Amino acid sequence: MNIYDILGPIMVGPSSSHTAGAVRIGLIALKLLGERPVKVNIILHGSFSATGAGHGTDKALIAGVLGMHPDDIRIPDSFNIAREKKLEFSFESKNLKDAHPNTAILQVKGESGRELEIQASSVGGGRIMVNKIDGIDVNFSGESPTLIVHNIDQPGHVAEVTSMLSHKSVNIATMQLFRDHRGGYAVMVIETDSEIPEESIEWLRHLEGVIKVTYLSVE
Amino acid sequence: MSYNSIDKIIKKCDKQSISFAEAVILDDMYERKVSRDDTITQMGVMWDAMVNANATYNRKQFSKSGLVGSLGGIMEDYIGSDKSYCGPFVNDVMARALKMGESNACMKRIVAAPTAGACGVLPAVLTACYDHGQADREQIIDALFVAAGIGQIIAARAFIAGASGGCQAEIGAASAMAAGALVSLRGGTPTQIASAAAIALKNLLGLVCDPVGGLVEIPCVKRNVIGSVNALSAADMSLAGIISMIPFDQVVDAMREVGENMDVRFRETGLGGLAATPTAAEICKNLKTK
Repeated sequence: MNIYDILGPIMVGPSSSHTAGAVRIGLIALKLLGERPVKVNIILHGSFSATGAGHGTDKALIAGVLGMHPDDIRIPDSFNIAREKKLEFSFESKNLKDAHPNTAILQVKGESGRELEIQASSVGGGRIMVNKIDGIDVNFSGESPTLIVHNIDQPGHVAEVTSMLSHKSVNIATMQLFRDHRGGYAVMVIETDSEIPEESIEWLRHLEGVIKVTYLSVE
Repeated sequence: MSYNSIDKIIKKCDKQSISFAEAVILDDMYERKVSRDDTITQMGVMWDAMVNANATYNRKQFSKSGLVGSLGGIMEDYIGSDKSYCGPFVNDVMARALKMGESNACMKRIVAAPTAGACGVLPAVLTACYDHGQADREQIIDALFVAAGIGQIIAARAFIAGASGGCQAEIGAASAMAAGALVSLRGGTPTQIASAAAIALKNLLGLVCDPVGGLVEIPCVKRNVIGSVNALSAADMSLAGIISMIPFDQVVDAMREVGENMDVRFRETGLGGLAATPTAAEICKNLKTK
């Protein structure tokens, strides 16, 4: 923790976990979707569901999906802004299995029809953790640039991605691999120390066997 | 390496003949690979945000639950009253703490210090000192570095979240940070800073986190007042030459032990203490039907 994790962040109240963290979860869903969202359904679990309304968790999540940051004073007014911007939104409560008490699932749809589902939790002090993307377990904080590649589980894809990063002199901070079953659907999550060039992300998207590429920039 | 002990800061200050604030600044420059200008500018942004949050308080605004609002205004009107025990300066600090706590509950922009629930303590004492002409901007920025350094040690050795260690970890931590900052403003030594922080934290040891309905409103807003007034008295004791018999690092370790053994009902679950009183139950019932 650096001193600005102690003295800070500058944020809209009342709670770093239930408000600031919730904005960040919404914002990460937007960044991962990568286009203007037109519809979002939010499932609230645990404390997010129990005390969320009083903490403005619902408004904070929508504010994030609209692209606001935790210090944006428009957060309390996010529902109205969403209506103006033609973002359809809905909420439900559900008890999720083995989830952190402050967890939400966001099912978002973009203007081109692209869909994304993320499950994320607010783990304290406004910091968050993304737990699932499109139903597959992942684990990243969104504090570093993050590359998420969905591909068919077959040999060579990890090598393709890592050699591209090596070629672009991008250092890998962490790397995780997940799959639903052998030869099925696989996901790699790579956190890097610097940003990955847009054209390299585009190049990955055209590789055979690669289903979906999502990139989270922190710039 | 970031500090995990105030003893280390004091030793470094003695060895290099630097101030407490300087020791924290040098460490941050090293840790985050930033320049002195970068970190001083960033701390200035934090200070400006505190000043702005204090200035934009709206005494007519209530939180969504309707449970808090107007208290800062009521206290502000009382400043200068001939009935006052604490006098105009302390009454002003109290009003500022209430204002910030209420602004937080009303979803306005604040600075978490160290948390949103305890966001009123540090700005209450520092903006009051600044507005009463007791400190200039440069001294305030130094005091904020002192506060951040103290908070960092509490976070490293224990915790700074009500859910982890009760209110002592939020208002208690904020009060210790503010006490150290106040001693720094008056030119106190690193040892006096540590003593003030230790006294402030000791006096709030064991404080539970028992928010009514789980909201950061009752008793959180008013606890920001006790955090600031406690900081003023701890700073005064230390500046008078009174030392804390238990050193700061050991007080933090004691806070950790107390927090770890605190029943979960008293750690931000809204299930125990004030949150479990009949009046709280009545309030919660009304909130649900709202």
